[in-house]
Amino acid sequence: MTALHVVSLACLGVFLLAVIYRFVRIARLPVHVRWELYPVAHEKGRARYGGSYFEELNWWTKPRETSVLGELRVMVPEILLLAGVRHRNRSHWYRSFPFHFGLYLVVATTLLLTVNGVIEAAGGAGFGRLLARLTAGLGYAGFGLGLLGAAALFLRRLGNPEYREFTKPTDFANLLFFTAAFAVALAAQVLFDPDFSRMRGFFAGFFGAPAPGLAPLQGLQVVLLSLLAAYVPLTHMSHFFTKYFLYHDIRWNDTPLAPGSRLEKRMQEVLELKPTWSAPHIRGDGRKTWVDVATSAPGDDAGEKGGAS
Amino acid sequence: MSYRRIKVEDLSKAVNGDVSPVRKEELKPLPPPYDRPEATPELAGLDEGARERYAADLDGTCVLNIPKPKDEAEERALVERFLSGLEKLFTKENNWTFLQPLLLSMEHCAGCHTCSESCHIYEMSGRNPIYRPAYRSEVLRRLYKRYVRKGGSLLSDFRSGRIRLNWRLVARLAELSYRCNLCRRCAQTCPIGVDNGLIAHEIRKLFSQEMGIAPKELHELGSVQQLRVGSSTGMSALVVKDNIEFIDEEMSDLTGLPVETPWDKAGADILLIHNAGEILAWPENPGAFAVIFEAAGLSWTLSSDIAAYDSINYGLFYDDVQFARTAIHHASAAKKLGVKKIVLGECGHAHKALTVIADRVLTGDLAIPRESALTTLEDIVLNGKIRVDPSRNDFPVTLHDPCNIVRNMGIVMPQRRVLEKIAPRFREMTPHGVDNYCCGGGSGFAIMSGHNFADWRNQVSGRKKLEQILLAFAGELDPETPKYVCAPCSNCKGQLRDLIAYHGLWEKHRILYGGLVELIVNCMTDVKPGFIDWEFH
Repeated sequence: MTALHVVSLACLGVFLLAVIYRFVRIARLPVHVRWELYPVAHEKGRARYGGSYFEELNWWTKPRETSVLGELRVMVPEILLLAGVRHRNRSHWYRSFPFHFGLYLVVATTLLLTVNGVIEAAGGAGFGRLLARLTAGLGYAGFGLGLLGAAALFLRRLGNPEYREFTKPTDFANLLFFTAAFAVALAAQVLFDPDFSRMRGFFAGFFGAPAPGLAPLQGLQVVLLSLLAAYVPLTHMSHFFTKYFLYHDIRWNDTPLAPGSRLEKRMQEVLELKPTWSAPHIRGDGRKTWVDVATSAPGDDAGEKGGAS
Repeated sequence: MSYRRIKVEDLSKAVNGDVSPVRKEELKPLPPPYDRPEATPELAGLDEGARERYAADLDGTCVLNIPKPKDEAEERALVERFLSGLEKLFTKENNWTFLQPLLLSMEHCAGCHTCSESCHIYEMSGRNPIYRPAYRSEVLRRLYKRYVRKGGSLLSDFRSGRIRLNWRLVARLAELSYRCNLCRRCAQTCPIGVDNGLIAHEIRKLFSQEMGIAPKELHELGSVQQLRVGSSTGMSALVVKDNIEFIDEEMSDLTGLPVETPWDKAGADILLIHNAGEILAWPENPGAFAVIFEAAGLSWTLSSDIAAYDSINYGLFYDDVQFARTAIHHASAAKKLGVKKIVLGECGHAHKALTVIADRVLTGDLAIPRESALTTLEDIVLNGKIRVDPSRNDFPVTLHDPCNIVRNMGIVMPQRRVLEKIAPRFREMTPHGVDNYCCGGGSGFAIMSGHNFADWRNQVSGRKKLEQILLAFAGELDPETPKYVCAPCSNCKGQLRDLIAYHGLWEKHRILYGGLVELIVNCMTDVKPGFIDWEFH
């Protein structure tokens, strides 16, 4: 194992820790009130037009019918093809899709290289010609599409005032980072490792096989891509997994409260929290609970409110 | 000439005039015959007196009447109270209700602007940059990152974008949170799931719950009055009973059927709760409900308990505490009567408030089942519990989908199945169902008319609905043909009433609006013909 392996593993560690930390932090946030938005993809037989179980007479007396297939029907094209952006913002999709799909292909390449590395380290011959070519093909496609998409997104943010006004310096820096990493990766592979054989060897090195040397530009490629992997979950780009919460915990969370359920118990816990809102109609003092406040009348001096004349 | 570009950080800058005033020449043109500029009224400006007294320099209108600070001490106080509220907004003790959705929306916007194209206010204003759904969100996001997550000014500028907090920004952000109908069409289109409607809602909460700033119509005259007197209309139990008695008499005369609304009937199957505004403004609506429920033989009652004869819950739009107080009153009345379920009349926000948002607040014995009247009506009409003659409704009908019932609750088909049975000339608007557009009166706007805000509603936020109505009746705008916009929501009807009057749709084209129950009663064979009187009011 070389210093490059150590850097890569350290970055992988940061990636995993950041993902786990964020995931746990979000999951441990208190239960919130319902805030679903239709169509809810798992509504069996109704999702296609956006209907809900509220359409049923005496809905609470009937079994809820949900469909995992319905969720997959929405999630797969949304994740793989960015279907929503394609449908509603086509000009942006032309830039965003290659960027995201490029990333997916780079991840797929990494996974293939890892599998090959395990096989080689275990004494096997590694991938045959077909799989090796597939790995290289996916790698080139991933770096190419990613480079194209990142550069196109950078130029759009620079050239279009609608986008530029909302773009922070860090957004430009992020896109430059992606552009540089993909450009270096593409150049390094084309110039020094066109069939990815050195890179396959490098991955086998993670699992104890003797690691062949990489060209300096490939070393830079490994460092940049590793740093990128560590960096992404620390930023708003962590939406690659927080989207789970945005969809399943909020947009599609239509679970009704059932008496005696765990949800009801969690609700009773948050109702005991003690607000400190200062407006005259609340006067939260940190001692009264939400139940106390919600079962009291508004303060008499609520007339201090602003209001249209 | 298009609007001047406005950056996020510009919201704190001193300007001559307004930050980004709405201009009539920029508004998106309407379909014929409203396609000429002179076909719509001029936009009324904000009067100078208001400009002198209030911090009202955002876009040429004003709903909050925040007094202009008189000196630096008042400026500082406004900022400090805002900062105090900002911190509380991100604590579980103060905002467990929406903390997870808010935090996720704060941290994950990718700035793709897909949401902009979905917003009727942004589109119809002619793309006023401050109406972009992401604009106010981005202001709050930058403040959150700098002052709550304590990013430090230099690092925060780099990571989160520039923002300068001063009293101007505070006052303008408050106003800007009331330039969104909270229809959540933008949230529906966000590929990540960021909810700019929610962010506008949370900004309103911060101002109300910490600083005591909210529109008078929603707070003092709305939720406070409802909790004190019993209804945001100001009607006490005595008055509402008197009014309903009068409506029953009118309905009996009009339909030829005996109508007597039951009050406080313990053990009834259904507690029906109307938006009390119907009783005063559109008495034929609660009257039609009584006719249908009696004819169908339902066991039902109204409640005269405080707040329980008015399904309004304006807290939904601006204040979690006022929301919870009202919802508890509604559920407590049902519990006291021992009904099997609460049925919500034709009021969109009441549907969402009591059925969806309050669902987890009403625990234990307050968890009385709630149902939409649209579902109840579908059962009555489609299962033959009343007899109908659709030929009595032989006129063009289109349907407005209230956002809170459709996009936010998924009740899409019951009202359509009823209309398909009783209205032979029913046609949809485009788009409709969960992709519908707000009427422009959503989130309380329909009852807000201070200064020149009604002009803004009728020219900007209601413009898309006007366009949809004109297109739905294209080719039939001849005043010889009466036409009906079915809007099963009290708030939406209030907005449609104003919109139709403002643009002269009744006088010029005989376009009327009303609820679903009126159409049902109009075609009941046991009822004398002519229930719908084709008079604009």
